[in-house]
Amino acid sequence: MSNFPFLSVLTVAPLVGALIVALLPRRSPELAKQVAFGWSLLVLVLSVIMWITFQADGDRFQFRESYAWIPNWGVNFTFAADGIALVMLMLIAILVPLVILASWHDAESSKRSVPVYFALLLILECTMIGVFAAADVFLFYVFFEVMLVPMYFLIGSYGGHQRQYAAVKFFLYSLVGGLFMLAAVIGLWVVGGKTFDWQALSQVDISTGTGRWLFLGFFLAFAIKAPFFPFHTWLPDAGGAAPAGAAALLVGVLDKVGTFGILRYCLPLFPEASRWFAPWALALGLIGIIYAALLAVGQNDLKRLVSYTSIAHFGFIGVGIFAFTTQAGTGAVLYMLNHGLATGLLFLVVGMLIARRGSALISDFGGAGKLVPLLAGVLFFAGLASLALPGTAPFVSEFLVLIGTFTTNKPVAVIATLGIILAAAYVLWMVQRTTQGTLNPALTEVEGMRRDLSLREKVVVAPLIALIVLLGFYPKPVTDVINPAVRATMQDVGRTDPAPTVGSVQEAAK
Amino acid sequence: MTELKLPSIDYAALAPILIMLGAALVGVLVEAFVPRRLRNGVQLALALVAVLGALTMVILNSDDRLITAGQALAVDGPTLFLQGAILILAAMALLLIGERSVERGGAFVAHAAVTAESADDRRQADGVGGTTEVYPLATFAIGGMLIFVAANDLLTMFIALEVFSLPLYLLCALARRRRLLSQEAAMKYFLLGAYASAFFLFGVALIYGFTSGIPGRVAGVDFATVHAAVTDSPASPVLLFAGMALLAIGLLFKAAAAPFHVWTPDVYQGAPTPVTGFMAACTKVAAFGALLRVFHVAFSGAAWDFTPVLGAVAVLTMLVGAVLAVTQTDIKRLLAYSSIANAGYLLVGVLAPSKDGLSGTMFYLVAYGFSVLAAFAVVTLVRDADGEATHLSRWAGLGRRSPFFAAIFTFILLAFAGIPLTSGFTSKFAVFAPALDANQAWLVIAGVLTSMVLAFPYLRVVVMMWLSEPGDATPTVTVPGALTSAALVIGVLATLVLGVAPAPLLDLANGAAEFVR
Repeated sequence: MSNFPFLSVLTVAPLVGALIVALLPRRSPELAKQVAFGWSLLVLVLSVIMWITFQADGDRFQFRESYAWIPNWGVNFTFAADGIALVMLMLIAILVPLVILASWHDAESSKRSVPVYFALLLILECTMIGVFAAADVFLFYVFFEVMLVPMYFLIGSYGGHQRQYAAVKFFLYSLVGGLFMLAAVIGLWVVGGKTFDWQALSQVDISTGTGRWLFLGFFLAFAIKAPFFPFHTWLPDAGGAAPAGAAALLVGVLDKVGTFGILRYCLPLFPEASRWFAPWALALGLIGIIYAALLAVGQNDLKRLVSYTSIAHFGFIGVGIFAFTTQAGTGAVLYMLNHGLATGLLFLVVGMLIARRGSALISDFGGAGKLVPLLAGVLFFAGLASLALPGTAPFVSEFLVLIGTFTTNKPVAVIATLGIILAAAYVLWMVQRTTQGTLNPALTEVEGMRRDLSLREKVVVAPLIALIVLLGFYPKPVTDVINPAVRATMQDVGRTDPAPTVGSVQEAAK
Repeated sequence: MTELKLPSIDYAALAPILIMLGAALVGVLVEAFVPRRLRNGVQLALALVAVLGALTMVILNSDDRLITAGQALAVDGPTLFLQGAILILAAMALLLIGERSVERGGAFVAHAAVTAESADDRRQADGVGGTTEVYPLATFAIGGMLIFVAANDLLTMFIALEVFSLPLYLLCALARRRRLLSQEAAMKYFLLGAYASAFFLFGVALIYGFTSGIPGRVAGVDFATVHAAVTDSPASPVLLFAGMALLAIGLLFKAAAAPFHVWTPDVYQGAPTPVTGFMAACTKVAAFGALLRVFHVAFSGAAWDFTPVLGAVAVLTMLVGAVLAVTQTDIKRLLAYSSIANAGYLLVGVLAPSKDGLSGTMFYLVAYGFSVLAAFAVVTLVRDADGEATHLSRWAGLGRRSPFFAAIFTFILLAFAGIPLTSGFTSKFAVFAPALDANQAWLVIAGVLTSMVLAFPYLRVVVMMWLSEPGDATPTVTVPGALTSAALVIGVLATLVLGVAPAPLLDLANGAAEFVR
């Protein structure tokens, strides 16, 4: 079974599904939804089989496939997955069906074609899988850029207020980063002996000056994508305007491409530059944690608030990556997964609330828990997961990041810890102002607010809640997969863990 | 008196040129003798058959690497590749020119004095299939371009320049609608073009002076002599630099590089759209073919001297094209500025003095030609009762009215913006990579930065088409006739195929990327 070309099939499958869905007649939206949902479940099943086939103690890269594409430039369709990519692929496979299910009625409110909406979601899935599965820098770049197109139309055509502005801003920001990366990709190709193969390139010795410039080109693209402070301003706009399902994918998966890219490309390919720039990256991460959390506290728009919380969380991930210890790195990767689950859930629940109320403003709510107790409960749970309450999955990752950072850089760890307090503030205030307290009389007049979670919505939130609790108590299956890949990455950077603390902490993590 | 030695002429190698010029002459006879109502069909068929015949000869000659007709013409890899490119793109342009079902009588007029929709104009359009002078003119221009990319001495190059420029000036003036704009464009193009030609000719004279006095050689303007003179000439290098600069001005004018670009937006806007497409695709190939030959063959010894200057021109061109594209409100002007910026990217490729740079530039020319012709094909279709609706505000909501054509245009715009899986991306890579390899990082950085700026106007059109609500003024897209459809399909497919699987064309370009001296 391990010879099965999982990665290429996984990449192509959603695209085929998208074509089928797009060709369905516009008048049969129900059929389109069912086909899209069924197709995404198929991808999920395949991903689960791949996860089982993956040998955690085996090679760093598995499922490697390579086909010639443009021999003149040494470009190949090379796919390979390490533990980090595997985890991200799994996250995509889990989130997409749930997002399709959650968006069941989203596209109907706009005048646009419903099948196209679901086809775009599947195209997005194809490009997202491709970007994590690629082991050829050129191929990675292709997916990295093409990914923008479906997302652009999802935001621009199906989004809410200010969707045009948000879509263009999203596209231009990402394109700017992407073009800097293109220059760096070409530069890497030239100094690396005209090959794009990741493994060949990671062996190349790059001079200090060149390495730093190339690192900057890649890092800028990833920092915009992630996004890190000060390149974050597109995310609240895009997240606020996108339909809830697309927004869940945007912050849940798409932005992880940035942090994944840093781990896969910046660190191993430019180890010297990574070490040199690490203090700056840590500083950006810290500023992001504090600054975005403060902004989140002040938001009155639910979707923008969740977007800002994501920026704060990405700060944590950045700190975890650039602390250069295995625990912090593992924590960062685990955070990428957990943040996808928790924030994905939060976005979907917030979307459900907004769809009922017809407004995203917190001030339009108040005491909603009395009308929709179940929904309010799920919102509360998603909020708690988002602030990393012990017992939920994000706690494990946040704890790992902080403890891993503490061993090498105490001040950074201490400042980052402040972020936890702020997280409690913005989540609890948000929950309080929307679902607790006296009932806002205006709410009772809104027809939608009298319906609690439907069966479809319960099916959407249940798997996410289950996973968050499960991984909160037993993250071992995931950390086992992540650990070898992270350790290899840290070796590439040339940093080993400080000796005394490693063993005990890792035991605790397991 | 010594006996005059006749140079040997390889007629097979010159066949593509002879076929095109011959067809143009036959076209003139057709104008005179074939009855009016048959003329359009006969002319179009004649032109297309000639182009396909010439293309066949190019393919048959594909292994030729020779210099013939004295030192006048070089038939080598780049010549054949670029001739093939010009012929294929010209065939697409002819399909657009031949379209008669989108507008009765086509986009062209014969008599400038006849106003659109007047009785005379209608009589011209009805029954007689419109006017047909455009075909021989276009065929002459194509023939001239074929000579231009093959010219192996500066005088032949000058004559070829005139042979393809003069018909183009006339073609620009033939728009049936917005007559004044069209005539103004032709006038501007003619006057500025005449200046550029004069510069070129003056440059030829200076270079001729520079080549005199080399021991063992007769003065001349063939590229082998010029090449030898660059290293050996006892004459003052001022002659060389001044000559090179003047020649470059003449060529960069045709290539629409800044600061010699000012004619481009006006001419692109005023000319009949099929002719604009023809100029954007074929003239660009011809101009860059000549630039490549002049700077890679004749002046390669002076690369240290011209690279910084041409590099500055490239950066300026990219900047001017990208920045001014942002402010445009007319789709044809926007495409004109985009074409200027693309000239800048092509110059980046020209300045990479390697085989990869040469083949990358040739690849770029082909890829861009297909995309830009497809883009102008769509422009001819978006129209209302008064002709084409080129103002951008009129395109608002086009995605709702005609999703299919809006999708096609979006795809082409994404290609212009350099999004992967389109030819725009692979061709940018094809010129940037050799430039970086040749330590021209500053050009690549400038290219990347201007690409960012340029993405904005493209994106604005996409936003207009898809995300804006259609207004009362939004025209529908006319269902294209078979000819326009064919051109459109070829252009879009090529843009996709060259983006997804560029290897075959890259191989072809690589195999052709060697000049003979």
